[in-house]
Amino acid sequence: MSFFLKENNSIPNQMEKLEYERPIINKVNAGMPDKFGMSTRVPVMSHIEEVAIKDIMDQYGSPLYVISEPCIRNTYRQAQKAFASRYPRVQFAWSYKTNYLNAVCKIFHSEGAWAEVVSGFEYSKAVENGISGDQIIFNGPEKSKADLERAINDGAMVHLDSLDEFYFLGELAQNLNKKAKVALRINLDAGIYPQWDRFGFNLENGEAWHVLTRVMLHDYMELLGLHTHMGTYITAVSAYAIAAKKMADLAIRLFRKFNHSVKYLDLGGGFASKNTLKGAYLPGSDTCPSFDDYAEALTSALLASELPPERLPLLILECGRALVDDAGFILGRVLANKRLVDGRRATVIDVGVNMLFTSFWYEHDVLPTRLKSEQTENTTIYGPLCMNIDVIREAVQFPLLQRGDAVVIPRIGAYNMTQWMQFIKLRPPVLLIDEDRKVHLIRKQETYEQFNAMETIPEHLKT
Amino acid sequence: MKKTKYHIAVTGLNNTDNPGPGIPVIRGLRESKDFDVRIIGLAYENLEPGIYMPDMVDKAYQIPYPSSGMNTLLKRIEYIHSKERLDVIIPNFDAELYTFIQARERLQKIGIQTFLPTMDQFEERQKANLSQYGEKYGVKVPFSKTITHRRDIEQLKDSFEYPLLVKGKFYDAYLAYSAEQVNSFFNRISAKWGMPVIIQEFIRGTEVNVIALGDGLGNTVGAVPMRKQYITDKGKAWGGITIQNDKMMELTRDLIRKTKWQGGMELELIKTNKNEYYLIEINPRIPAWVYLAVASGQNLPEALVKLALGLNPPPFSNYEVGKMFIRYSYDLIGDISQFGNLSVSGEM
Amino acid sequence: MKLKRNIAISENGFLFNPETGDSFLLNPIAREIVNFLKEGNDVADVKQLLFDRYEVDLVTLEKNLEDFLEMLQHNELLDR
Repeated sequence: MSFFLKENNSIPNQMEKLEYERPIINKVNAGMPDKFGMSTRVPVMSHIEEVAIKDIMDQYGSPLYVISEPCIRNTYRQAQKAFASRYPRVQFAWSYKTNYLNAVCKIFHSEGAWAEVVSGFEYSKAVENGISGDQIIFNGPEKSKADLERAINDGAMVHLDSLDEFYFLGELAQNLNKKAKVALRINLDAGIYPQWDRFGFNLENGEAWHVLTRVMLHDYMELLGLHTHMGTYITAVSAYAIAAKKMADLAIRLFRKFNHSVKYLDLGGGFASKNTLKGAYLPGSDTCPSFDDYAEALTSALLASELPPERLPLLILECGRALVDDAGFILGRVLANKRLVDGRRATVIDVGVNMLFTSFWYEHDVLPTRLKSEQTENTTIYGPLCMNIDVIREAVQFPLLQRGDAVVIPRIGAYNMTQWMQFIKLRPPVLLIDEDRKVHLIRKQETYEQFNAMETIPEHLKT
Repeated sequence: MKKTKYHIAVTGLNNTDNPGPGIPVIRGLRESKDFDVRIIGLAYENLEPGIYMPDMVDKAYQIPYPSSGMNTLLKRIEYIHSKERLDVIIPNFDAELYTFIQARERLQKIGIQTFLPTMDQFEERQKANLSQYGEKYGVKVPFSKTITHRRDIEQLKDSFEYPLLVKGKFYDAYLAYSAEQVNSFFNRISAKWGMPVIIQEFIRGTEVNVIALGDGLGNTVGAVPMRKQYITDKGKAWGGITIQNDKMMELTRDLIRKTKWQGGMELELIKTNKNEYYLIEINPRIPAWVYLAVASGQNLPEALVKLALGLNPPPFSNYEVGKMFIRYSYDLIGDISQFGNLSVSGEM
Repeated sequence: MKLKRNIAISENGFLFNPETGDSFLLNPIAREIVNFLKEGNDVADVKQLLFDRYEVDLVTLEKNLEDFLEMLQHNELLDR
């Protein structure tokens, strides 16, 4: 095939040229839905909070993360309002593991959120971010001696996960001659699948009641609250009503036996975000309940319970995903277009699963930042890693982008900036757009030197 | 006096061997004595036979699947509305009901009426909730349990007698005679439809169905009971006959009274030898055999349109017993140019 | 590089291959290319014609045209 222009045939005149788009041919599958003829528009995202994505990428390169402070604050206020307008005493605790970039945590804290941490590392971050011990909820299966001693001394809320931990904490508190402030993590059947039974103590088989009795009788423990966290991405709001009722009943039983009122009920998190789970028929944006839906179910159950109105416990919520997912974006670029053996298009972008862990369970939107043509093709979107698992989207109707064109992946604020991996590449920088639309670098691009500095080479391998 | 002409959009034009209700609904509407219609067919797929059948749709438009999101679907409907000035939409696919129920107010705002069950009514009758449903509304339902683990299978013998039914949460049902069979069906169903898997008491008897229309206030506007005479290998009725059965009618009226059901519905019942009726499923829409009801004197699609438009149709008090339907298939002839036009423009 | 005979393409970009019964949808520039090929232009001519008409750099055009011809081949629309 010859691909040289004939030299004698240069541009004939100065006529205005037509706008170009890539030629494409799509097979019509009889019976199959055919978006092509239907002028379904691919959404374009050219700006984040009024800041042009092009400007951001020109300055900071690609790939990179962007977080919207206005979006975090709006979302938080919606959640707060949904619950506080229905129940008199509500407190959110920011789930650190969802996103523990200090700037992000500080935004939540400035809105009034406490900290919910699940390791000594996260605990230190919370302290660093200005949270006092009595506003730290310490969850999780692993808490070291040093962690627990610090928590006892700070008066943090230690949520017991196992009987071993109960004994261990009791011993430490006795040695320090201080009362540890504790709550019991409880797992229960709220009619959802899967039922998480690996954390805390089971309600239905009596284990939780048994341990509660022991906590009540312990000289060095003060029972502050009851805690449950049923699962993740729970779209059935009815599950929260069931859980709230069961927790309220347990609190009442406790009061009857010990004349002790718990200070709080912690219903955990697990609210869904608007992302679409793989295999779901309808998109998450259609099926995700609103904060009002969750709040209505949960608080109605609490208010309808026998909890005495004058002694209603504080309602604590540990939402993570639902509060921050919408606020995060990844910006990247097209590296290459390819044609797979079966004729499908493949587009390789510089965003891989190492920085977008959630692509393993979500069908993330990948959006162009500008669009010359409405045409799309069935496309597989790959990341840049030399690993077969590096797939961002298996099959998506995707517009005709060229090498170098920018793409945005919205709704990635939860878990990606904590579960990211230094794998093959270094982690990219993170930017924050503040309420005045100013852009701040809140985490620098990692460097080769930093990573190498962690390693030492044994003497015999030197030279 | 000249009759008013309503512009009515109808989905479910898949008049295949597993037919959607679109075409029978349109036949009912076209036979209305009280109004004229312009029928706008809404098709998901470019080979839905209803698009090509003569004298059924005045115009057909392709619409995107609900899986592409409510906004995408509504944008398309807004476009169609701008061309066609729709008065009512009658959605007929199970998979689209959730989206249309959710979109009710947004459609109403632009002047398009629907007449569908509320989201609560729709959700509460889901298969996995059948036991609670029966208890709440005082209807006999087969005893059922949801299981999520293979280890639960051994204990089934404590609460069930074999054979029993193993069902997926959306589709599929198998009759199992032993724990080993339950095990293999459990694997098959959970792989295809996910968790939970429903275990249901097997009720021996005859399957009978009722088509009904509730006005949303507790009144039954119409109801016709039918017995399937022949069932295809896909489990669909190929022939059916209207029957006279006060028990079924009373059960239907009672359920609609208690649930305040809004819209069309189909009750699937099993009649046992002891003359007891068990509810096995509620389809929250008009079933594909609706034209049998029209032919026996209850034009339910027409009544549904009147309800949607707030016209308060009087309830039907009667229907003809012994009316039959026999389905048949028929090869329509089309041309590649029709197919081409539809594929390119999404309209025909 | 020749388009198979009998291939029909409509004004609006619907292409029907009577030999196999397959149908395709083409965007306007793709339809233009098919028509150029039908008229007997060789690939170099087609490229020149497009380059003169459209606001595009040569490398992009070459890449895209090559890819498009591969797709025609893949879909059995060419006599090679």
